[in-house]
Amino acid sequence: MNHEVIAPVLFPLFAATLLLLLRRVMPLRTRRSLNLVALVIQILLVSVLVKSVLGGEILVYALGNWPAPYGIVMVADRLSVWMLLVTSLLAFFAMLYAVRGTDAGSRHFHPLFQLQLFGLSGAFLTGDLFNLFVFFEILLLASYALLLHRGGANRVRAGLHFVALNLAGSTLFLFAVGTLYAILGTLNMADLAVKAAATPPENLGVVRAAGLLLFVVFALKAALIPLYLWLPAAYSSTSAPVAALFAIMTKVGAYSILRVYTLIFGAEAGPVANLIGPWLLPLALATMAIGTLGVLAAHELRRQVAYLVVVSVGFLLTAFALGTEASIGAGLYYLAHTTFAAAAFFLLADIIAMGRGTLADRLDPGPIIANANLVGALFFITAILVTGLPPLSGFVGKYMVLSAAVDLPSMPWVFGVILTAGLFGVIALARSGSLLFYRAEGPIERTGASGRHAIGPNWGRLLPVIGLLLLCVALVVWAGPLFDYTRATAEQLLQPSLYIRAVLGEPQS
Amino acid sequence: MLEELSSMEALIAVIIGVLTACGVYLALRARTFPVVIGLTLLSYAVNLFLFITGRLTVGLPAVISDQAAGYADPLPQALVLTAIVISFAMTAFIIMLALKARAELGTDQVDGRLDAEDARDARGGEHG
Repeated sequence: MNHEVIAPVLFPLFAATLLLLLRRVMPLRTRRSLNLVALVIQILLVSVLVKSVLGGEILVYALGNWPAPYGIVMVADRLSVWMLLVTSLLAFFAMLYAVRGTDAGSRHFHPLFQLQLFGLSGAFLTGDLFNLFVFFEILLLASYALLLHRGGANRVRAGLHFVALNLAGSTLFLFAVGTLYAILGTLNMADLAVKAAATPPENLGVVRAAGLLLFVVFALKAALIPLYLWLPAAYSSTSAPVAALFAIMTKVGAYSILRVYTLIFGAEAGPVANLIGPWLLPLALATMAIGTLGVLAAHELRRQVAYLVVVSVGFLLTAFALGTEASIGAGLYYLAHTTFAAAAFFLLADIIAMGRGTLADRLDPGPIIANANLVGALFFITAILVTGLPPLSGFVGKYMVLSAAVDLPSMPWVFGVILTAGLFGVIALARSGSLLFYRAEGPIERTGASGRHAIGPNWGRLLPVIGLLLLCVALVVWAGPLFDYTRATAEQLLQPSLYIRAVLGEPQS
Repeated sequence: MLEELSSMEALIAVIIGVLTACGVYLALRARTFPVVIGLTLLSYAVNLFLFITGRLTVGLPAVISDQAAGYADPLPQALVLTAIVISFAMTAFIIMLALKARAELGTDQVDGRLDAEDARDARGGEHG
């Protein structure tokens, strides 16, 4: 049996337990290094897995050696491993920022961070729908605690909404999973795909309803319109490294949509084929449009970045909704770019906010921040990345999605919305940049009513931002091989029979 | 026996429906306490629903035996146990969060806004 498949799931759990137990014995400094080492090992474990799936193999790990569909399986294919790689790299840089002081003041920040990683890795690797629910709950429970890290009225208010909404979402998830099990008699995703394709006509309505209910749940996680309202408040009020890590959270929803609606309700699914086909594209485009309005209207930089996350979700799901090999491949490439760019932007917004004393990240003209040249340059690069201007990876991703859409009937809508959203994004960020860096006036108000001090940037804080931006540069430099990989991923996804055969073995007949 | 089962099915379906309806109604209220109760009722409803996805059966053995004609589906029982544990933990968490919100925001309004009743409470507190 191939144990490397389960290693990225078990290792964070092990690290979290270790960090929890060593809290009393080790000083914070040691635990910080330990966590960073654990994250590097996680990256290495995932890299091993990357090498194994590079040739298109689908690795199946049956827990307890029970054969699928009776036992629970973990499945590593190109898509899962790509998501794992993005997650582990992101987690490393988020932690690198967090050890500069964010993690102090709460006893369990480090274990919770690893538990969040545990839930994320599990959600990406599982081949069982109920296990997907369990891993969702694990990552959500860790995310609730991380979101509320260090408290404060704003965080508690946003956290309450986030928790209540996600509890309602979990209930819907269970209703959908229960319905699927009651009708189809299985929860293994590969087996579900086989059974769903053979749904008798009298059960068709129920299976479709369950499938669409699942879509509602995933849309809530992905922050698709109209279920995105929790995101701006939650992301803009939490601490910067947590917001950076949360950049992957919406992508878990996008991943689940991609997985379930290519595998179980995909093109080969007979009577339930292309279940969300008519819904996804309009909703994704509307999400982009509404998100762009939010970007234009935001009064604080962090809220603006949160709305940029909404826009990127819309863009990502537009790419997935087009449903061709080229568009899904381009979407997956864009997924890595947008995760790193959004995370870098959240960290940078925090650095800017700290440098402005009581003004924080409000978009009002204020004093010149310390080291404005460097921070301004980083802001400029990040803005170019996020809005998708050449020559960085945002442009490459956007160009590939647009070129995939040229021949499709939905071309005018896709082009119209994406290009308009891009233009307004540029306008909004240009305004923010000039307010923050050009129209500087007055001395720095060192202490105000809230007692906030202006803290200049230091290299320890800037390094993770620069690291994330360098990852985006790497995405451009190696765009060729990476796009080959994501395109092969899309090819693999659009042939669900490969996945089904890998999990269930050759058909008996 | 068949008749018994179908009336039982109707009863369970009605119970799940009523629980869900009450849960949704309470979850939409403006104060944290009814919201928490509503989410709890929703989780009860879904647990019951999961439990009967293996269908209602009478007098069937729990595990496979060679003689038995059929057996009760064990999977929904495992699923519902997992779901109960998770919803229990989540309920505990949101109760603590609601208490923290009450302390931090000074109101149990879900949006943290003071309304007429809070103002009255505050006045009463000052006088008393």
